[in-house]
Amino acid sequence: MRARPATVGLILYLLLLLLPIYWMVNMSLRTNADILTSFQLVPTDPTFANYLKIFTDASWYSGYVNSIIYVTMNTVISLTVALPAAYAFSRYRFLGDKHLFFWLLTNRMAPPAVFLLPFFQLYQTIGLIDTHIAVALAHCLFNVPLAVWVLEGFMSGVPREIDETAYLDGYSFPRFFFTVFMPLIKTGIGVTAFFCFMFSWVELLMARTLTTTNAKPIAAVMTRTVSATGLDWGLLAAAGVLTIVPGALVIWFVRNYMAKGFALGRV
Amino acid sequence: MDKTENNRAWLLVIPVLLVVAFSAIIPLMTVVNFSVQDIFGPGERVWVGTEWFEEVLADTRLHDALWRQFLFSGLVLLIEIPLGVMIALAMPREGWSVSLVLVVLALPLLIPWNVIGTIWIIFTRPDIGLMGNTINRLGLGFDHTASPLDAWVTLMLMEVWHWTPLVALLAYAGLKAIPDAYFQAAQIDGASRWAVFRYIQLPKMRGVLTIAILLRFMDSFLIYAEPFVLTGGGPGNATTFLSIYLVKIAVGQFDLGPAAAFSIIYFLIVLLFSWIFYQVLQNVGRGRA
Repeated sequence: MRARPATVGLILYLLLLLLPIYWMVNMSLRTNADILTSFQLVPTDPTFANYLKIFTDASWYSGYVNSIIYVTMNTVISLTVALPAAYAFSRYRFLGDKHLFFWLLTNRMAPPAVFLLPFFQLYQTIGLIDTHIAVALAHCLFNVPLAVWVLEGFMSGVPREIDETAYLDGYSFPRFFFTVFMPLIKTGIGVTAFFCFMFSWVELLMARTLTTTNAKPIAAVMTRTVSATGLDWGLLAAAGVLTIVPGALVIWFVRNYMAKGFALGRV
Repeated sequence: MDKTENNRAWLLVIPVLLVVAFSAIIPLMTVVNFSVQDIFGPGERVWVGTEWFEEVLADTRLHDALWRQFLFSGLVLLIEIPLGVMIALAMPREGWSVSLVLVVLALPLLIPWNVIGTIWIIFTRPDIGLMGNTINRLGLGFDHTASPLDAWVTLMLMEVWHWTPLVALLAYAGLKAIPDAYFQAAQIDGASRWAVFRYIQLPKMRGVLTIAILLRFMDSFLIYAEPFVLTGGGPGNATTFLSIYLVKIAVGQFDLGPAAAFSIIYFLIVLLFSWIFYQVLQNVGRGRA
């Protein structure tokens, strides 16, 4: 069944996919002067100076720390609130359930630009501007609905008889949920956590609006530095490469979950 | 499959409701407030009714941005969905190569959106970019900062590069979930490769493809960071999409009223189209199954 042309096409596609990333890695290993004066497919004189600068300058590396803090917070909050809700949607019919589900999804459809100013005002009013929790909460706007959606799909794949048997055996709801049900959908939880991490990590607009210095995400640090000092392509590329690293690590851990169980998270 | 009627299920939903309502309803009400009032300062505001809505509806630059946006999202769906399905079909179903392919595919999805723009600037610049430089050596005169066509080509390439993996991953998950018995039955019946795709694989992928189409429509229609970094909406207005235009009005000119009115219209358009897509995809599946 495995056709040769398809495999060749796939390999070609994956190489093309890696090409822009390779080019950025290439740039990150060269000095700015080197980049601007000569065109090299492979760096002839690779240097780690750009990375060294990022790792030793607090205004650079704190950006990474900030991003990781609020992304983690967001993933934890999203999963915590989405798990019981997804269970309710997958197991029960209740007043307004369909409307509620659709309303949750509509929050993914709001233009982020719409929410910038109101968000700023809201978080300023409650004194959360420039904190990690502000960004984490703001990202819940699109991550919680997504988490509910994906988890609901996974939960619907678990037969209802398991719930009923557990209740007949005298399990209370919390005990059933934590000791029986959650282990059954751990694949789904892994995939959902990955989604939350991913969308929170890549979002910039809200994160930038809600932070000024203490919680500034790395992506925003990059834009600021570029406009202030002119373009240092090598440094910019090195910072870009480093933004890929956490994601690449996370994907490595969930790769088998994704492969095995993605489809259960169905509509 | 029947769900039990139980209104106490609301208790399980309340945490979600609180978290999302806090981030969704309060800011949305603020936007609605802006859209019907003229605000001079704290405490100084005048009710203007539908004036802002009329103003933005008559704005021809907005119409241009809207058509551009539809063209962009349409192209995105037309290219990414078939390409993603093709990649998923070509992917190995088992073995060590699965992990490798999955990880490489997912890489672009995990890069912050403005960094995506940065990568593509570095990649396509005529002087230092691999692609830009190579094309120019062939004598084609490629420059996405000067030619609207080149800007569009670059943006589409970036968008396809960035998001096709998501479609591929979803489609692959759908394919993996099909029991082997289906393929064995098809083989016994002597079904062609196309028939297997058309009558087994495609219908079985309906669920995941619905997710893929909805996500791709929403996110491409709301695209902001990548074109903003790559082209800044130019050259001229060639790549000024709705979000970019919106931010120009709201932040650049500080016209909060029209920006808010425009935001609401924008939101409703996305809502309407997502609903239509969802209904159509649901019915297509039912009619065929």
